[in-house]
Amino acid sequence: MSENRLLDRSSDAPVKRHMGLKASRTLANTSIYVLLVVISVVWLIPFICIVLQSFRVESTWQESYVIPKQWGLDNYRALFKTDFPRWYTNTFIAALFTAILQTIIVLCMSYTLSRFRFKMRKGLMRFMLILSMFPGMLTMIILYRVLSDLGLTQANALPGLILVYVASSGMGYYVSKGFFDTIPKSLDEAARVDGATRFQVLKKIILPLSKPIVIYTVLTAFMGPWGDFVFARYVSFGTSSGMNVAVGLYNWLNKDQIAKSYTMFCAGGVLVAIPVTVLFMCLQKYYVEGVTGGAVKG
Amino acid sequence: MTQYSDLEFLKLSKWQKAGYKCARFFTGIPTALLNLLKRIWGGIKGAGLAVKNEAADIWSTFVNGDWKTKLSFLVMGFGNLARGQILRGLLFLLFEVVFIGYMVLAGGYWLSMLPSLGKVGPTETYDEVLDIYTTTYNDNSFKILLYGVLTMFFIIAFIYTWRQNVKQNKLAEKILASGKPLKSGKDDLKSLVDDQFHKTLLALPMTGILVFTVLPIVFMILVAFTNYDGTHNGYSNNLFTWVGLDNFNTMLNWNVKSGGGTQSYAATFGEVLTWTLIWAFFATFTNYFLGMFVAMAINKKGIKFKKVWRTVLVLTIAIPQFISLLYVSKMFAKNGILNGFLMSMGWIQQALPFWDDPTWARITVILINVWIGIPYLMLVATGILMNIPADLYESARIDGANPWQQYTKITLPYMLFVTGPYLLTSFTGNMNNFNVIYLLTGGAPTNPAASGAAGAVGYTDLLITWLFKITTGAESQYYLASVVGILVFVVVALISLIVYNLLPSIKNEEDFQ
Repeated sequence: MSENRLLDRSSDAPVKRHMGLKASRTLANTSIYVLLVVISVVWLIPFICIVLQSFRVESTWQESYVIPKQWGLDNYRALFKTDFPRWYTNTFIAALFTAILQTIIVLCMSYTLSRFRFKMRKGLMRFMLILSMFPGMLTMIILYRVLSDLGLTQANALPGLILVYVASSGMGYYVSKGFFDTIPKSLDEAARVDGATRFQVLKKIILPLSKPIVIYTVLTAFMGPWGDFVFARYVSFGTSSGMNVAVGLYNWLNKDQIAKSYTMFCAGGVLVAIPVTVLFMCLQKYYVEGVTGGAVKG
Repeated sequence: MTQYSDLEFLKLSKWQKAGYKCARFFTGIPTALLNLLKRIWGGIKGAGLAVKNEAADIWSTFVNGDWKTKLSFLVMGFGNLARGQILRGLLFLLFEVVFIGYMVLAGGYWLSMLPSLGKVGPTETYDEVLDIYTTTYNDNSFKILLYGVLTMFFIIAFIYTWRQNVKQNKLAEKILASGKPLKSGKDDLKSLVDDQFHKTLLALPMTGILVFTVLPIVFMILVAFTNYDGTHNGYSNNLFTWVGLDNFNTMLNWNVKSGGGTQSYAATFGEVLTWTLIWAFFATFTNYFLGMFVAMAINKKGIKFKKVWRTVLVLTIAIPQFISLLYVSKMFAKNGILNGFLMSMGWIQQALPFWDDPTWARITVILINVWIGIPYLMLVATGILMNIPADLYESARIDGANPWQQYTKITLPYMLFVTGPYLLTSFTGNMNNFNVIYLLTGGAPTNPAASGAAGAVGYTDLLITWLFKITTGAESQYYLASVVGILVFVVVALISLIVYNLLPSIKNEEDFQ
C-alpha cells in the first residue's frame, strides 16, 4: 500500500507539476507580450504622430488632432523655400568632419592609455576625470569670444563648430579604451619581440582587430552634431546661414513662429531623422557592443 | 557607534542590517573626509619634498658639471649642441628664443596688466571738424585675462623644458663617462614611432584638451573673482576688475537679496540644487530599474520577436534628441495632442497642466526622461544579463527559489556590482542633463519668488540650465554663472568622492566572485 502510494506519487506528481508550470508560464508570457506591445505603442506614438502631422495641408497650427484631414507634401515643399537646406548642409558637413577627426583623436588617446605605461598615465587619467566634473557649459562663453575674435562665428560658424566639437573629444576615451583593454597584450609583445616598432604594432595588428570600435566611434561622432543645440546656438548667434538643423528647427517653435511653422518643424524633423536613423539601424550591432562594453567598464 | 563583528552582523534581522549599514555609511563620512584631508596634506608635503629634491639635483648638476653643462643653464640646448646632439639642441634653443621673444614682445605686457585687468577703458573724443564723437578702445580686460593665463601656462612650460635641458646634460655626461655613444637626431626621430610613440599619439589630443578645455576652465574659474558681465564686458563699455570673494558672498549669503525676485540668491540656489538632486536621483533610478525590467522581459525564455521589440526601443536613441524632445514637449502642451485626445474621449473636461503646474511639470519631466532613458538602459542591461552564468539560476531553481528571490539574490546584486561606477557617472550626468530639461520645459513654470535672480528661474530648472540662462540673460552675469559652475563642480566632486570611498563594491573588485 505504502509502496503503491509512493509509486503513484512518483509517476503522477511530475506530470501535474509540469502542467502547472506550463500554464503559469503561458500566463506570464502572455502578460509580457501585452506589456511589450503597450511599450512599443508608447515608444512609437510620437514618431508616428510627427510623420502624420508633417503631411497635413489644411493648417500649419499645432492642432490637437493627429490624422490630417487633407494630405499633401506642402510642408516639405515649403521647407525648401526657407534656409533649411543650408542648415542641413551645415550639419551634414559638421557631422562628416567631426566623425573623421574625432575618431582619429579618440583612438589615439584611448589606444595610448590602454597600451602604454608611462610616468604620467595615471595622473593624466585622474586629471581628465576631474576636468569632466566641470560643467562644459561654462567654457562656452570664452570659446564663443575666442571664436568671434577669430571670425569663426555667425555666418562662418561651421569651421569654429567643428573645431570645438573635435578639440576636446580626447576626454571621451573610456569606451574605446575598454575595448583595447580586451585585446590580449601578448599579441603586441610577440610582435615587439619579432622586431616590430610600436607604430607597426598599431598599424598591422591592433587596427585590423579594431573594426567594431572604429565603427562605434565614427557612428557616435557622426550623430553628435545632428543633435547639438547649445553650442551651435551660441556660435550662430541669430545668423540663419550659420545655424545647424537643431537651432533652426528650435526657432520655428518660438511663440511667434509656431503658428505658421509647426508642421514645417515636423517635416524638417522627419528629413533629419531619416538618414541618421537608417545609418544607426544598419550599424546597430556595433553601437550595442560599444554601449554594453562601456557601461561595464564604467 | 558600536561596531559588530561579522558573526554578530549575520545574526541581525534584515531591517537591523540595513539600519546598521546606513548608520555605518553616515558615521563613516567624517572619517572619510578626515582621510581626504590627510591625503591632501600628505600630497602637499610630498610636493614640497619633491621641489626640494629637484632644487638639490639642479644645484649638484651645476656644481659637478663641466663647462658645457654650466653654459646650458643659460643657453638652453648648448650642451646638446656641443656634444653633437644637433636636433635636440636646436629644439631647446629654438624654444628659448621663442619664449624670450614672446615675453619681451607681448607676454610681459599681459602679465603686468593681470593684477589690474586694464586701466583705461574706452574713451570718447569729440571731433570738431566732423562734428562726431569717436570712441577709442584702449585696454581689453577679457584679452588681458585670457593672454595672462596663457602666458602663465607658457612660463610653466618653459620652466619644465629648462629642467629637462638640465637633466639631459647630466644624463649625457653620465653616458659619455661610461664610454657609450649618445643618441643621434635620427635615433630620436625613430623613437617617436617606437619607444616614445605615446608622445606622438598624445600630442594632438592633449593640445586640444589643453587649449579648448583646460584654458577655458581656468579662465572661467578666475572670472568668478571678477565683475565680468554684460555691462562690464571689458572692452566696449566698461572694463572689469578683480572683486575678490564678493560673488560667492552674493550667491551664498542668505541676506543678499537678488535683483528682481523676492528671495535671496542663496535661497534660489538651495531650491535649484535640491531639485537637481531629486531629479538626478529619480532620473537615474527609474531608468535603471525599469530599463532592467524591460531587458529581462525581452530576454525571457519563450518570448518571440526579441529583435523587433529591441529595435522599436532603440529607435528613440537613433532619432536626434532635439526632434523627439521638442515634439514630445509640444504633445504635452495645453493645446497639444495628448490633452486633445483625452478631451475628445471625454475623460477630462479641462486640459491637464502638464507644463503649467510645478509638481505636474516635475513629474512629467521625469516620466518623459524614462521614455528617453529606458532603451539605453535596456541595451546596457541586456549585455550584462547575458553574462550572468546560467547555472546560477539553474541551481537556485533546484533549491526552490521563486522568480522574485532569483531576482533579488542573483540578478540585482550582480547588476549593481557590475554597474556601480556606471550608476555614479549616470547620476552626475543627469545632474548636468541640459538637453532634456531645456528642450522639454526650458525650466518653466517660472518661479516668481526666484525670478529676476539672473534670468527667469523656473521650477524645473537644473543648476546647469540656470547657468545657461544667466549667461544668455539680459544682464549676462558671467561672474554669477561661473560661481554656479564652480559650485556644481564642488557638488559633483563631493558626491563622487564619497561614493568612491564608501561603496564596498567599488573598492573590492573581487567581492562578488
